[in-house]
Amino acid sequence: MMAMSHTSKDRLGNLPPGTVITGKWHGHSYRLLRRLGSGANGVVYLAESGRRRVALKLSDDYASLASEMNILRRFAKVQGAALGPSLLEADDWQSPFARRVVPFYAMEYIEGEQFSAFVRRRGKEWAPVLLMQLLSVLGRLHEEGWVFGDLKPDNLIVTGPPPSVRLLDVGGTTMQGRAIKEFTELYDRGYWGLGSRKAEPSYDLFAAAMVMIAACYPGPLEKKGNGRAQLLSIIETDRFLAQYKEVLQNALDGRYAKAADMRRDLLAASSRRAAANYEVKTAAAAPNRRSGRRAAKRRKTGRIAETVLIAVLLLGAYGFYIYWHLSM
Amino acid sequence: MRKGTLRQILLITDGCSNHGEDPAAMAALAREQGITVNVIGVLDQDTIDENGRREIEAIAAAGGGMSQIVYAKQLSQTVQMVTRQAMTQTLQGLVNRELKQIFGSDVSLEDLPPDKRGQVMEVVDELGETAALDVLILIDTSGSMKTKLPMVKEALLDLSLSLNARMGENRFSVFIFPGKRNYAEKMMDWTPKIEELSTIFPKLSSGGLTPTGPALREAMAYFGRNRSLRSWIHDGDEPYIEGSSW
Repeated sequence: MMAMSHTSKDRLGNLPPGTVITGKWHGHSYRLLRRLGSGANGVVYLAESGRRRVALKLSDDYASLASEMNILRRFAKVQGAALGPSLLEADDWQSPFARRVVPFYAMEYIEGEQFSAFVRRRGKEWAPVLLMQLLSVLGRLHEEGWVFGDLKPDNLIVTGPPPSVRLLDVGGTTMQGRAIKEFTELYDRGYWGLGSRKAEPSYDLFAAAMVMIAACYPGPLEKKGNGRAQLLSIIETDRFLAQYKEVLQNALDGRYAKAADMRRDLLAASSRRAAANYEVKTAAAAPNRRSGRRAAKRRKTGRIAETVLIAVLLLGAYGFYIYWHLSM
Repeated sequence: MRKGTLRQILLITDGCSNHGEDPAAMAALAREQGITVNVIGVLDQDTIDENGRREIEAIAAAGGGMSQIVYAKQLSQTVQMVTRQAMTQTLQGLVNRELKQIFGSDVSLEDLPPDKRGQVMEVVDELGETAALDVLILIDTSGSMKTKLPMVKEALLDLSLSLNARMGENRFSVFIFPGKRNYAEKMMDWTPKIEELSTIFPKLSSGGLTPTGPALREAMAYFGRNRSLRSWIHDGDEPYIEGSSW
């Protein structure tokens, strides 16, 4: 059964750009532009509908697609900023390739960069910043009685500017108190031997800590022996992560009941780090002063340019005034 | 009293049967009794031969379950996924049958407008979370499986982690084949604590024939008297389906 769905998923995953998908219930057409990615139960394409760009998720699993749409609809009802992409339309496509009906839904296309790529390009210091944003989002999700479940860098996208983090792929979102629906081993506390798979806020907070660790750890992570000891030693040996040891360890051990608590500690650790950096910089005074002088110079040039500009404008206005009087 | 229960056989093997009845026929027989048969084919590095693959897919298809062929390393994630997806599939089948009852014709999830499917899935998700589940784990210990047994153990502990997080109750039992006296030998009786498994794994010895078909036959007998799955949906004070509005 699953083996069969795999082959047809390959076919769904290789639709050529330009393919037009028309819904049989609502009759709207979508022209595929390119593939964005594929998840556990479907493929996502960037598509065009009229002049609007949307993300289209196709799957051959009616059931999981319907469950996902339920979650997206629920998210839409949560007050404030959107928690995931907003759902636009659901329909079925009579596919000439698969010779059968393929269910799909259209959702908002969130343009941005994957979390890991962003942190690699812009620097580790972004990891805690984005994590704080993420914790605010998770906090709201938890208050509504949900747990995101499959939290990992691939499911986080950074939009902007200014950079802000958004959640993608809500397939793992689970009602609190139930069993986590979907997860990825590396970000699953069960895999690391550090807790159950019950959907509770601390499950997401464990994964959030793992997202930060993975962002700073070079090379692939894999569990070897005692998971907790391994993770702690990774944190201690990395100079950047070591500054956040306390927060990360609390999250890994499931000691935070609320995202807000973890966020508060993360913020405190970051400010401590900023303060320490400031002291280091003031102590090493020479480069600091030089950069200060350069800034003063820049300010001075700015002021001169401003004066000249005003003078020119005034002269121009005066010239025009005279010309106008003469021609009368 | 226990409400009706979802019943599954999880067969873990690495190759072809070479003794006794056709395992696909035995899986079909299990299905007739309301037992779903899922099959996981475990590989080392080398690829499985075509006959093995075909047999694995045939058993799962006949048993109304799922099949997946994996490398030993990915076993944990696969075992829990296959078990859960098969549950959803079974429940969905039940709900589809209910839909037919309501609409009097061939209506299934696919025939409903996309916006209505969500309501059906909420019922399925709810049942999947709360239903009781019996999983009989049937492990092939013939010859080449020996090196994979530690991974099988890991995978089963991981399965219990996933299932025990559910609200519904679970029971597990473990059989291996070939057994010493019978085709299938009971290693662990029905228990909610699969952790006990750790104690039996060192005892497993491997070797001999691969009587997959006969082992399946003996395993299904262990489930005892058949209870119709449909009766289970109407078992409560109120039928689930009629409670939801369309």
